[in-house]
Amino acid sequence: MMKTLRQIAGSSLALLPLMAAANYDVNIPAPHTPISNQIYGLHMEILWVCLAIFVVVFGVMFYSVFAHRKSKGAVAAHFHENTTIEIIWTLIPFLILGFMAWPATKTVLAMKDASNPDMTIKVTAYQWKWQYDYLNDGVKFYSTLSTPRAEIGSPGEPGKPVSEHYLLETDNNVVVPVGKKIRLLITANDVIHGWYVPQLGVNQYGIPGFIKDSWFQANEPGVYRGQCSQICGKEHGYMPIVVEAKSAEDYAAWVKEQKAKQAAAEGHEKVSMADPVTR
Amino acid sequence: MEATHDHAHDDHGHHPTGLARYFFTTNHKDIGSMYLWFSLIMFFVGGFMALVIRAELFQPGIQIVNPDVFNQLTTIHALVMIFGAVMPGFVGFANWQIPLMVGASDMAFARMNNWSFWLMPPAALLLVGSFLVPGGAAGSGWTLYPPLSIQGGISVDMTILAVHIMGASSIMGSINIVTTILNMRAPGMTLMRMPMFVWTWLITAYLLIAVMPVLAGAVTMLLTDRHFGTHFFNAAGGGDPTMFMHIFWFFGHPEVYIMILPAFGIISHIIPTFARKPLFGYASMVYATSSIALLSFIVWGHHMFTVGMPAAGNLFFMYATMLIAVPTGVKVFNWIATMWKGSMTFETPMLFAVGFVSLFTIGGFSGLVCSITPVDITIHNTYYVVAHFHYVLFSGAIFSIMGGVYYWLPKWTGHMYDEKLGKLHFWLTAISFNITFFPQHFLGLAGMPRRIPDYAPQFTEFNQISSVGAFLLGFSQLLFLYVIIKCIRGGTKAEAKAWEGAEGLEWTVPSPAPHHTFETPPVFH
Repeated sequence: MMKTLRQIAGSSLALLPLMAAANYDVNIPAPHTPISNQIYGLHMEILWVCLAIFVVVFGVMFYSVFAHRKSKGAVAAHFHENTTIEIIWTLIPFLILGFMAWPATKTVLAMKDASNPDMTIKVTAYQWKWQYDYLNDGVKFYSTLSTPRAEIGSPGEPGKPVSEHYLLETDNNVVVPVGKKIRLLITANDVIHGWYVPQLGVNQYGIPGFIKDSWFQANEPGVYRGQCSQICGKEHGYMPIVVEAKSAEDYAAWVKEQKAKQAAAEGHEKVSMADPVTR
Repeated sequence: MEATHDHAHDDHGHHPTGLARYFFTTNHKDIGSMYLWFSLIMFFVGGFMALVIRAELFQPGIQIVNPDVFNQLTTIHALVMIFGAVMPGFVGFANWQIPLMVGASDMAFARMNNWSFWLMPPAALLLVGSFLVPGGAAGSGWTLYPPLSIQGGISVDMTILAVHIMGASSIMGSINIVTTILNMRAPGMTLMRMPMFVWTWLITAYLLIAVMPVLAGAVTMLLTDRHFGTHFFNAAGGGDPTMFMHIFWFFGHPEVYIMILPAFGIISHIIPTFARKPLFGYASMVYATSSIALLSFIVWGHHMFTVGMPAAGNLFFMYATMLIAVPTGVKVFNWIATMWKGSMTFETPMLFAVGFVSLFTIGGFSGLVCSITPVDITIHNTYYVVAHFHYVLFSGAIFSIMGGVYYWLPKWTGHMYDEKLGKLHFWLTAISFNITFFPQHFLGLAGMPRRIPDYAPQFTEFNQISSVGAFLLGFSQLLFLYVIIKCIRGGTKAEAKAWEGAEGLEWTVPSPAPHHTFETPPVFH
């Protein structure tokens, strides 16, 4: 079942360009980082546990519903306590919980360990866009939804969502190198927002006035999309996140390109103190 | 209610009639009825908002309401359902049933009881009326997190005032309930011989007294941050938005148990009645309910797993939250053990009770999934959470309220309700409820956030299924209204003990229960 679900998830990912196809994905999207892999695994484990409990509990209940009916001639028993069985069905759930808590604890600790990153990006949330500041590479930019407003529409003038990545596309993507530990320093400028990219295993609030860290490591090249996960005003649904994991060379090329763009933008404001006369 | 009106004249010559009767009443049955009607009206008001929300979410793009209004609808839908439908519904049951069940003539503070109710309609008007003020209703979500709620217009202040008024109503009502239960039980009714519904309300009342003041504190700090120059939640002034979350959820988590413990009580009456067998494990049920209530105070951080708490914090809240599954499981097992080897019939109350046990358990499973912190990271503030809380609140709390209404309508009105229509209402509701909310688990797992009016196309199919279900669910509730009104107006005469397997002091008085009952305390065997 797990393999089938993974296949469904994986092939759905590959079919992303064919947005017209109906989508009945029932599970977490294919994970692509060490943490999101652990999350996926934990979720499957707990689903199995829930399924087992479901079968036992509902089995007993529905059997009773059918067998212990007055219309079937069932005569009510009178028992109303049994200390032994009550102890058993208190202890067994307790043990099941312990069994689930152990791997979950390891993942919580791993998620909190943002030490020794390969690079750090400061993420600032705004109403209603994101700003990324690559502290190591000196690249800084805003990232805004790039789906045209006409596609979204308004009451009485409905739009026509046709873009391949409607609502999940930005003008400037968050490009990162593959296989590197990326530390995120997340904050906000105005209200609480949430930086949420499921496939990277990150969902963390940006809280104005505070900086808190998180991290991810994208082990496969690809595009990972997410959205703001904390209501932040009227455009809360319109501030997506697009992370592109590229090879080391492609990433370096992108950094160069970004720096050139920034230099060009700043160029005409530069003034040389050496020739005041020409001003 | 009309059915009890005649009896009132038998006792007093000076009894007011018409509107004045209800405005000045100190009678627990009248007040109980008012709470129940108020709750039903609010349920339809909140339900209407839900239908607008689901209509907008039928397809990607914006068709019906702009994003701003959409946020207002989700906010007020939640506030109306929580504070207008579920809580007053349970208080209505408390008022009608607690004095009858313990053999008391009325609540301890009958006049304060009146005020507890009459505070509610003005609060409801403030909440619903806030749509009409400049800027529209509050749009920050019912959780009112700052700084967003600091940005809002006058509607946020109206909401804060409504919360204060409703909080006062709840606190006064709870004091009444605790005093009545502790002091006015019939001779022979020790605490461990009280009906389960009375136990669950005793514990709920303590929870309310403990946490409603905390909510009041939180929203007052919002008010002063908004208007009086404080900066509790503003980092620039040395404050912290996260502190609001801690204070709010310290209220908020016990609040959800406030909304489910009375449900547990109602189900603990219905199942033994229709299984014709005593409740299994009475003492464990009392201990389990108490454990749930105590644990509810130490788990609030599970609403904040994405805030960036230190690992120790996340781990503590994860363990404590997972623990609540143990006493909750005990209760589910005890209900099933009550059914086991019983002699069951499935009239409408029992259908709702079995529906409750089944669907609330599913809500419990999704809650367990959320409690695992790393998994919560991927589903926090997605539709998975929306699915979870609707399973525990709708097919949990609301199903128990509906089941309880069918169960006690014969006692309140003197007539049996239309059983065929009641059963139809149950099946329509249960099936359409699952069509509405089950797909939302998938949406959440796939990453669709909540509180958004528009979504990426890959979420379309499940949203459409959910919206169709929602309309079926909403319109099915009109049948509930019809059955209630039809029952009030007439029907087969109900016996004092309207149900063959019913036990408890309320079934020893005539149906409909006379306006005044147990003026002399009964002897409880």
